[in-house]
Amino acid sequence: MIDLDDIDRGMLRELSRQGDLSAGELGRRFGLSQPAAWRRVRRMEEAGILRGQRMEVDRAALGFGVTVFLGVKLATRGRVSLEDFERAVQAIPEVQVVQHVLGLFDYRLRVVARDIADFERVLRRRIMTLPGLGQVEANVLLTEERRMGPLG
Amino acid sequence: MLMDDTDRRILRQALAEPLAARILWAERAGVTLATLGRRLERLREGGVIKAVRAEIDWAGLGYSVEVSLRFTLDKTDPRAFDEFIEAARGVPEVVAIETFLGRVDVRLNVIARDMAHYQEVYRARILALPHIAEVDALMLISTIKDSEGLPL
Repeated sequence: MIDLDDIDRGMLRELSRQGDLSAGELGRRFGLSQPAAWRRVRRMEEAGILRGQRMEVDRAALGFGVTVFLGVKLATRGRVSLEDFERAVQAIPEVQVVQHVLGLFDYRLRVVARDIADFERVLRRRIMTLPGLGQVEANVLLTEERRMGPLG
Repeated sequence: MLMDDTDRRILRQALAEPLAARILWAERAGVTLATLGRRLERLREGGVIKAVRAEIDWAGLGYSVEVSLRFTLDKTDPRAFDEFIEAARGVPEVVAIETFLGRVDVRLNVIARDMAHYQEVYRARILALPHIAEVDALMLISTIKDSEGLPL
């Protein structure tokens, strides 16, 4: 793990608000030259702290008005069924996120759909037919907010 | 805003492979780089693209523990949601806040340096949040898929 100073942390804050800032603009905000700012960004990329950019879109404006988080418990455990389940669930285009977790459920999924009727279709045809599927709990996302965490 | 098939093709590429070079998005969407730039700019002005953010790897910053805490709130108090969320914003280890319709009311994504640190945050900061009726935890083992991709 690399040491970060206040300028590095400030840069991470700026970039997590606006990821496509140029090194020149970033430098201006912190009183650094363009090459100096670029070197700092590069160093954080190499250390694996900055993983690249992510585009945040208005899913509703694109016709995907419903986002549902599913907690999934597998019916049967064992190495083979985990792999089969993971391979099949990743291939579903409506499933954006798959996380293996420890707790009440085995997996957490984020599923997007056009509306509740479309979600029902995805749930019945794609999710309920997954190999090894056991219990499923659904919660419909209302609002989401990202925080700066320890950088704030 | 009004979108056509070209916009949708561009967004599909950009969301599916956020780290790929722009020229690759352009090639796959069948447009020139100049068109791609103009279209992305227009989508941003129209609010379809809400933001482009740098993705920060918390593990790279030394936060190797990530837990999804799911809360049911005591809704007999009409201020429960607002007061809970306001207080959660004050906890530096909280990196995301989501609200739901379902058995779960609110989910917090909490990061910690290690299990001892997590326990400290959980006992001192999380359990002190107001209006908690029930809480359960899902500890992240691994992220198998994480994409903003939409089946456009």
